Amino acid sequence: MHAPELILLLPLLLGIAAAIVVACLRPAQAAPVGAATAAVCFALYLGLAGGAPVSAAFWAVPSLGVSGGLRLDGLAALFALLITGIGTLVLLYAGSYLKGDPRLTRLVVLLLVFMVAMLGSVTANDVITLFIFWELTSLTSFFLVAYDHEKLEARKAALQALLITGGGGLALLAGLILVAIAAGTTSLTGIIAAREAVLAHPAAVPAMLLVILGAFTKSAQFPFHFWLPNAMAAPTPVSAYLHSATMVKLGIYLLARFSPVYGDEALWQGLLTWTGLLTALVAAVLAFRETDLKRVLAYTTVTALGTLTMLLGLAPELSAMAAVTFLTVHALYKAALFLTAGILDHETGTRDASALGGLRGVMPWTAAAAVLAALSMAGLPPFLGFVGKEIVYEAAVAADGGAGLIVLGAFLVNTAGVAIAGLLSWRIFFGARPATPKAPHDPPIAMLAGPVVLATFGLLAGLAPSLLGGWLLDGAAASILGHPPTTYLALWHGFTPILALSVVTVLLGALLTLFWPRLMRGLQASRALDRFGPGHGYDRALAGIVACAEATTAMVQHGSLRGYIRLLLLVAALGPLVVLIAYDGAAWPADPVLDPRALAFGMIAAGAVATAIARGTLAAVMALGLVGFGAAIVFLTFGAPDVALTQFTVEVLLVVILATVLLRLPVHGRDTRTTRQRSGDAVVAVVMGSSVALLLLAVLAAPFDPRLGDWFGQNSVPGGHGQNVVNVILVDFRALDTLGEIAVLAIAAFAVIALLRGVARPLRRGN
Amino acid sequence: METPLALTIGVLVAAAAYLLLARDLPRVLLGFVLLGNAANLTIFAAGRIGTMTPPLVEYGALALTADAANPLPQALVLTAIVIGFGLAAFALVLVMRAHAEFGSVHAEDMDAAEAPDEPATQAPSPPEDSIPARREAA
Amino acid sequence: MHASLILRVSAPLLLWVPLVISFYLLVRGHNAPGGGFVGGLVAASGLVFFAMARGQTAALAVMRLPPASWCGVGLLLAAGSGFLAWLDPSAGYLTHRWWFPDLPVKLPLNTAFIFDVGVYLVVIGTITAMVFALVAED
Repeated sequence: MHAPELILLLPLLLGIAAAIVVACLRPAQAAPVGAATAAVCFALYLGLAGGAPVSAAFWAVPSLGVSGGLRLDGLAALFALLITGIGTLVLLYAGSYLKGDPRLTRLVVLLLVFMVAMLGSVTANDVITLFIFWELTSLTSFFLVAYDHEKLEARKAALQALLITGGGGLALLAGLILVAIAAGTTSLTGIIAAREAVLAHPAAVPAMLLVILGAFTKSAQFPFHFWLPNAMAAPTPVSAYLHSATMVKLGIYLLARFSPVYGDEALWQGLLTWTGLLTALVAAVLAFRETDLKRVLAYTTVTALGTLTMLLGLAPELSAMAAVTFLTVHALYKAALFLTAGILDHETGTRDASALGGLRGVMPWTAAAAVLAALSMAGLPPFLGFVGKEIVYEAAVAADGGAGLIVLGAFLVNTAGVAIAGLLSWRIFFGARPATPKAPHDPPIAMLAGPVVLATFGLLAGLAPSLLGGWLLDGAAASILGHPPTTYLALWHGFTPILALSVVTVLLGALLTLFWPRLMRGLQASRALDRFGPGHGYDRALAGIVACAEATTAMVQHGSLRGYIRLLLLVAALGPLVVLIAYDGAAWPADPVLDPRALAFGMIAAGAVATAIARGTLAAVMALGLVGFGAAIVFLTFGAPDVALTQFTVEVLLVVILATVLLRLPVHGRDTRTTRQRSGDAVVAVVMGSSVALLLLAVLAAPFDPRLGDWFGQNSVPGGHGQNVVNVILVDFRALDTLGEIAVLAIAAFAVIALLRGVARPLRRGN
Repeated sequence: METPLALTIGVLVAAAAYLLLARDLPRVLLGFVLLGNAANLTIFAAGRIGTMTPPLVEYGALALTADAANPLPQALVLTAIVIGFGLAAFALVLVMRAHAEFGSVHAEDMDAAEAPDEPATQAPSPPEDSIPARREAA
Repeated sequence: MHASLILRVSAPLLLWVPLVISFYLLVRGHNAPGGGFVGGLVAASGLVFFAMARGQTAALAVMRLPPASWCGVGLLLAAGSGFLAWLDPSAGYLTHRWWFPDLPVKLPLNTAFIFDVGVYLVVIGTITAMVFALVAED
């Protein structure tokens, strides 16, 4: 294996290996091992980031035109570093947060598998690999959200997240397949290179919409946003990792990945811009209704995801840099805030924002981290958040259409962000201190490390944004643009209108923080938001599906065997009849010549009728034998000696075992149907028989295409060295079919042996 | 010869359908076997019949003569016959097993014998009440 | 089952004649009517009638291995015969290979026959397993 293959595969293999090792460890050891693994992966990606893209092909199915591999370019490197870096801190944190919980091992294993899935998704260089890892993130997310599986709320939230992201995943699969067909390749680089072909394909628009649907469900865009706050039922480390920093950004990643293909399409731009803006605004309003810190953070995450989507919808030249910067900023401060929220919950025993205050004195380190992160969120200089906010404003101002609306929206969203940041720092850590369920103090270092490191990094990166920009973000933006970006990050742009906008944003946000309790209560009192939200629609739809399934089951699964068979027979009979009559297809083969061989037909027909009306079992079995032997004579006299021999032998064996077994059953063999039932059944039977006969006559009247049989006849001796063409077909030309058939036979034999074990004995005693 | 064979198959299918609708499972089983025979003959007939010459290449020749029977349906039917035996044997075992469990070879009796167990094996839920009611109605 | 004296005495004949015929059908099957399916059925009938005359224990003793093992050996033979196709890397699985060694007698060695033997063994195993299980004796 060459170096690039090894290096790209190594983190994935390492993660899986660590997951296996951790599964065998005690809970106390699980988290450090997991964190160490993530740290090693982080170091690996750190070594690769900033360089030229690395790619490696691993597998290919040439007959399907599918090939797969991994590729690490600027965008993938940015994501990989966020995934492994935040992963390290979160795993470290989880060990302390869930100390003493016996399920900690399981959590760490799942987090490692999730990390591998994320890394696979962002480094995949073909749509199939991307999709597989994408689905794996949904699955691991399901198990992580349902961590407290004995709680109904957690189970419901997990199922909701799975159904929505999984449903979006199906749409994505369809979209990716359409795109791959249009591009003629599954490789992502190939698809980007084949941009014109993808856009010119007749199914270009549906393909694009399906891809967008997949991304929107994953990244919780309106109207699918409601699953994300509900997923807060997960433990806090999971929320910090999956639902703020990484998994929900996968949709953004996908949109960014497809930006070089669709970025200039008006429909793409419009959908992304306006859905993103709407999502951001809706979530910003809803964030003010919550008092649970985690749900507040979840809604602000949705706001950030909306902003990102909006940015990707703006003309890419301007917005690519803004998107990757804001993405990084958000991942840093949001993960830090989530982790602080977890610390607060852990130390005080509550996450209710209205019940917390003045904690600065007892938890100085936590307060410091939270304040740093919140300042970044509020977008104050010299934090990276300021750089992010400025560049978002720049992109919004320069938007092609509706710039005024977009700027207004961005302004409102940013103001809400400032207000929430104030709530999370100022209201909680300053002012009066109400009593809390537990006496709070700073948590152990393992829990503090995450928020402190992330918040400090936000400050340092803000002081020298060009360093981070030149090393990492330029490369990421270049992946979206297809060429190096023309805008560069800077902390200070001079006195511009955008700076003035920033100042107003902060002032208004601070004002909102002051009035937060009143605002929160006012919004909570509005019941209309509960009644008409898409979350309510989801509940109704789910209930509707269940009700529909129940009704269908009750209608179709009525439990009467006769009813099932009658329905089957009638459908099978009337289908061909309707077609034959409607399309005038009934026909008669033109060979009315009879010869003595027709006597065997008579034997079959007589045997069949006799079987049907026989009074006792033995008589019926004997009549059945007559049918079988009649068939054997037909085969023999129409040039099929092999088939005739088989039919003879099978018929003998069948009659012997039927007679033996059925006569041993201690029941009288009389037909127990009433006369009325019998005449009804006879009508069904006649309809069925006529339908088959008419269909067969129409088939036989059609001209026959002998090519297939002729081919076997001509190739049997040259190709199969056999003169008995039937046998050559069975053992040579169609040998795989025959292998399958004898496998079925063997399985049936095993099933018979297994089913009769222990049954034959009581049966004989009854006899 | 194809027309009378098609009509014969029609009779065979009708008899099979009549037996499949019976209330006792041994008759249903016989119906299955008849239906299998009908299917085999249908495949055989669909490959066209008439000649008496088997599909054997003469010694020294390279290809089948023009008047030989079509070999392909024969290969299909040959395996279908053996599989059909397997199916019949398996169905017979199910009938025996059902008789050993329920003491009856009638589908309705087995349904009734199953009913009292239902609340024990499944958690009580709203559709439980409606399905047996609909069964009685059916 | 109480077999008649005649049946009991003629049992070896009922066993060995079909077995010899079945083997003959199997060997010549590639060029004349016969083959693994037909041969296997004839051999299985022989074993079944022997079991009726002398009891299943005697029949199983003749078979040496239990019927299920016959199925397994047959499946392995049939599936394994396909791997020899890969002596030629470009050939697909189950492409049979033929060798005509330079000997005074004509001796065509081929993997198709191994496959047919596999079919033969599976059919014998299946039929005997089913019949012995269904027609269990006291």
